[in-house]
Amino acid sequence: MPTMTPSTTEIELTPTADDHRVARHAAAAIVLTVAEAAIPLPLPGIKPGLANIITLVVLARWGWREAAWVALLRVLVGSLLLGQFLAPGFFLSLTGGVMSLVVLGLAMHLPKRWFGPVSQSVLAAFAHIGGQVLVARVWLVPHDGVFYLVPIFALAATVFGLANGLIAARLLGDELAESGVSAADAAK
Amino acid sequence: MNRVVALRNWLAAWAAYLRAGDFLVLGAALMVCVLSALTLWQGGHPDKAIIRAGGRVFAEVNLNAPRIVEVPGPLGTTRIEVQPGRARVAADPGPRQYCVRQGWLNSAGAVAICAPNEVSLSLSGRNADYDSLNY
Repeated sequence: MPTMTPSTTEIELTPTADDHRVARHAAAAIVLTVAEAAIPLPLPGIKPGLANIITLVVLARWGWREAAWVALLRVLVGSLLLGQFLAPGFFLSLTGGVMSLVVLGLAMHLPKRWFGPVSQSVLAAFAHIGGQVLVARVWLVPHDGVFYLVPIFALAATVFGLANGLIAARLLGDELAESGVSAADAAK
Repeated sequence: MNRVVALRNWLAAWAAYLRAGDFLVLGAALMVCVLSALTLWQGGHPDKAIIRAGGRVFAEVNLNAPRIVEVPGPLGTTRIEVQPGRARVAADPGPRQYCVRQGWLNSAGAVAICAPNEVSLSLSGRNADYDSLNY
């Protein structure tokens, strides 16, 4: 028997253009996650979250569904690469990712004229840190002492939310210019 | 000077990506930072001084007005001075004067103990800095 006949149990996956796009964006986000893990930071839980720039750009260009795919793939593969899969850090990332996706799903409906990527980024950063603090309080450190760090986390969310939002806005800037709304117009 | 201009241009280029509502969100975010720091970091203001003598509560004094409390003990009289927001053992007949040398107590949960004269002074508040103290 020639082995050329396809077996009946074989499943053939044909990735669509959408799948390729999700994979490309997720790969970029994963690279940022891994690169960021090399930056020494003073407090656990505080990181720039550069991968969220990719989430913001995908959200603006391709919508929430695709942004959710990219963000969750990034959390999963990023944790596998860093040896964090199913460790506490993974669940913190997952909670943060899910919470910020929920908030992004709401924030994307804010009027575009007044609220840009920076608003979305800051709101998502707060949702991220909020979800993480709650999980930490309920599960990892069952003591109110966790809340002592909330002001620091809030400040980090503001600063990194602003920085990531600005970078995302800049990456999206060309697109806005093409559609007739330049960043300068939008700022007015 | 050129550097200042360049920096200003650089900042202006980034600021161009901010929209009106973004400032609102950033302002709210900073508010959350400041308010959370104020509420979570206030470190327990004391509101009451509890004075014990011989293991029993001798007096509970509000920390609103200045006042001097004289507490009798086996060695003599311990003088406790209360001022708005703080309290101290001003004088004690004990030999080593540990509680006097502790100076002013000003955080909730702080304690000064004059063991020889069996007098202690502790401050209480809603959020004490210490859960408990052991000696």
